[in-house]
Amino acid sequence: MLREIRPAIVLLLVLTAITGLAYPLAMTAIAGAIFPAQAQGSLVEKDGKVVGSALIGQEFKDDKYFHGRLSATLAPDPNDSTKTVSAPYNAANSGGSNLGPTSKALADRLKEDVDKLKAENPNAAVPVDLVTTSASGLDPDISPEAAQFQVPRIAKARNMPEEAVNQLVASNVHGRLFGLLGEPRVNVLALNLALDRAPAK
Amino acid sequence: MTMIGWLQIILYCVIIVALTKPLGWYMTRVFNGDRTFLSPVLRPIEAGIYWFSGVDEKREQHWLTYTVAMLLFHVGGFLIIYGVMRLQAVLPFNPAGQSAVAEDLSFNTAISFITNTNWQNYGGESTISYLVQMLGLTHQNFLSAATGIALAVALIRGFSRASMRTVGNFWVDVTRTTLYVLMPICVVYTLFLVWQGIPQTLGPYVEATTLEGAKQTIAVGPVASQVAIKMLGTNGGGFFNANAAHPFENPTALSNFVQMLSIFAIGAALTNVFGRMVGNQRQGWAILAVMGVLFVAGVAVTYWAEANGTSTLHALGLTGGNMEGKEVRFGIVASSLFAVITTAASCGAVNAMHDSFTALGGMIPLINMQLGEIIIGGVGAGLYGMLLFVVLAIFVAGLMVGRTPEYVGKKIEAREVKMAMLAILVLPLMYLGWTAVGVVYPAAVASMANAGPHGFTEVLYAFTSATGNNGSAFAGLTGNTFFYNLTLASAMFVGRFFMIVPAMAIAGSLAAKKSIPPSAGTFPTTGGLFVGLVVGVILIIGGLTFFPALALGPIVEHLAMNAGQVF
Repeated sequence: MLREIRPAIVLLLVLTAITGLAYPLAMTAIAGAIFPAQAQGSLVEKDGKVVGSALIGQEFKDDKYFHGRLSATLAPDPNDSTKTVSAPYNAANSGGSNLGPTSKALADRLKEDVDKLKAENPNAAVPVDLVTTSASGLDPDISPEAAQFQVPRIAKARNMPEEAVNQLVASNVHGRLFGLLGEPRVNVLALNLALDRAPAK
Repeated sequence: MTMIGWLQIILYCVIIVALTKPLGWYMTRVFNGDRTFLSPVLRPIEAGIYWFSGVDEKREQHWLTYTVAMLLFHVGGFLIIYGVMRLQAVLPFNPAGQSAVAEDLSFNTAISFITNTNWQNYGGESTISYLVQMLGLTHQNFLSAATGIALAVALIRGFSRASMRTVGNFWVDVTRTTLYVLMPICVVYTLFLVWQGIPQTLGPYVEATTLEGAKQTIAVGPVASQVAIKMLGTNGGGFFNANAAHPFENPTALSNFVQMLSIFAIGAALTNVFGRMVGNQRQGWAILAVMGVLFVAGVAVTYWAEANGTSTLHALGLTGGNMEGKEVRFGIVASSLFAVITTAASCGAVNAMHDSFTALGGMIPLINMQLGEIIIGGVGAGLYGMLLFVVLAIFVAGLMVGRTPEYVGKKIEAREVKMAMLAILVLPLMYLGWTAVGVVYPAAVASMANAGPHGFTEVLYAFTSATGNNGSAFAGLTGNTFFYNLTLASAMFVGRFFMIVPAMAIAGSLAAKKSIPPSAGTFPTTGGLFVGLVVGVILIIGGLTFFPALALGPIVEHLAMNAGQVF
């Protein structure tokens, strides 16, 4: 058994160097050369400044922008570092609400948000993804229905015809891959950037 | 449930079955030490490693030596992870300026990664540096996976050999698995993931100014290289807190589909390796069929439950299923499928928050883990777990007809059955025992995020996941406390090594036995009767053990939900 001690130390160190340093560092160099944009985080620039990542959701509260999903991410409480406070779309601390199916807190939150959305647009059914929190708190997408639901509000806030906003939504819908994998979706940041670029009436 | 949803599930199963044979063929060559198409490049590296480490690749080990070598290897792995976590503040590759990780959290994480559990009490982007991600976590993702595969191969050799004292050389098995199986796939896989959008950079977190003018700090890092092995090695420990739900760990429907494939690929192929090494591939297909039956049944229940939604959603007129804690790009079907795969396979990565699943939808992941993660299972661990159940099923069949049971030419006798029972019984002892403590000890009770039966399920899920070396969580539970860091670590340790040692004892005892040719009285182990028998034994043993606990958690919660009760 004693002769197993040398491999236990040396082999471990060699394999650690290969898998823990050589492999990730080499992949960083290769991936950075072949796919530089993705390797850096698919960053989106506007007027030379980074406004976010195409893959990471961000908070939209303004009536003139499409809103994303609810986010349950947290941040340390600035007044007491042992506690946390709500900080939607905190891309440095991902996470979900973790509220279960029989949670009263979840039932109350859902009711409040459904009532709010019904008041905003009484003519359409409230899409479920607009009132539920995402798993990561950073979901960049909403369903096409959730985008269409918000069209009247956007059109009013921007003084644009609903038809034009609807067209923008339609051109930003990504279907299933090969018509099969995943779900149809709209990237909220891309849609809002397109909205900002659209000519005012 | 929709037709297009079921088509995705069927496509997934078809591809896994299609991959099983070619990958099994390749891996069998690797474990037998044969030449492969990668040998011209890798053989010199492999030989150099043996020379440098003092490994004689021709010398095989007794099962006990093999096991001791494996344990020694883990002591070192533990020290490396614990060390880099405690010292990360003064080590390089720490652009976010993370401070040293606390003792109990470092201890928990080190145990978590050497046992292939990858339970996340650490917060990923908010707690650990790039160096810990690479040198601590990525490295152990490879080695704990390679260890699991090596152990499964040693057990297979127990069945396939006759009258031999040895079961292989642990160092050679681990090195060859790492170099010839895991590493080549991960290199290609990493590039695929970066192409799909996963970052791979050593640069600092990005500061963005959002369209509405707010500041957003976006965590990045060497993510893709970690994610590739995290899925392929059924490790599951995320780079980020939200794991594979995070858009940077799983950006597209395609990345999600391939990640699901990579969780099952090696585990499924090992059934074929088993068949090849015992000289009859149909023996492997029979085991894969047992796994397949249990898997599809689980997927159907979870998909149905999640698509159906909850009473709370129905009362508000919300349709489209239970989207709380799920991502739009995956939707109901890919989230349900992923949850069943990750718990069937001891992976533990999640692309949706299991804590927010419906009661029955979340019960299937729990059952998958409580059965011992033998439905494909962890790489290696799944196969040796399943073979323990096979030993038991053969024993039961032998009792029924009054013959000494035999399997693939080996007599199954008292020693094998005792060892199999020891390994199978130690798991419920851990997860039921610690859950009992967790729901009465005040400091532990305070960790529950949800009230009512759901809170109980959170605790049960945590200890089940830790014991099963899965690593997924009902993540509302605050696990980073002194109590949970230590108790979960003990569950992970016992769940891993108290299963491995009996399994290796069986390997040694089987290898030493003579091989007997099949006779007219031999129970055929390649047909439907055998598959049904093993499924039955798994469900009866599993069901009797944990049904009472499930009744207190998800089952009563489902009934309460239907009665419109909230907590």
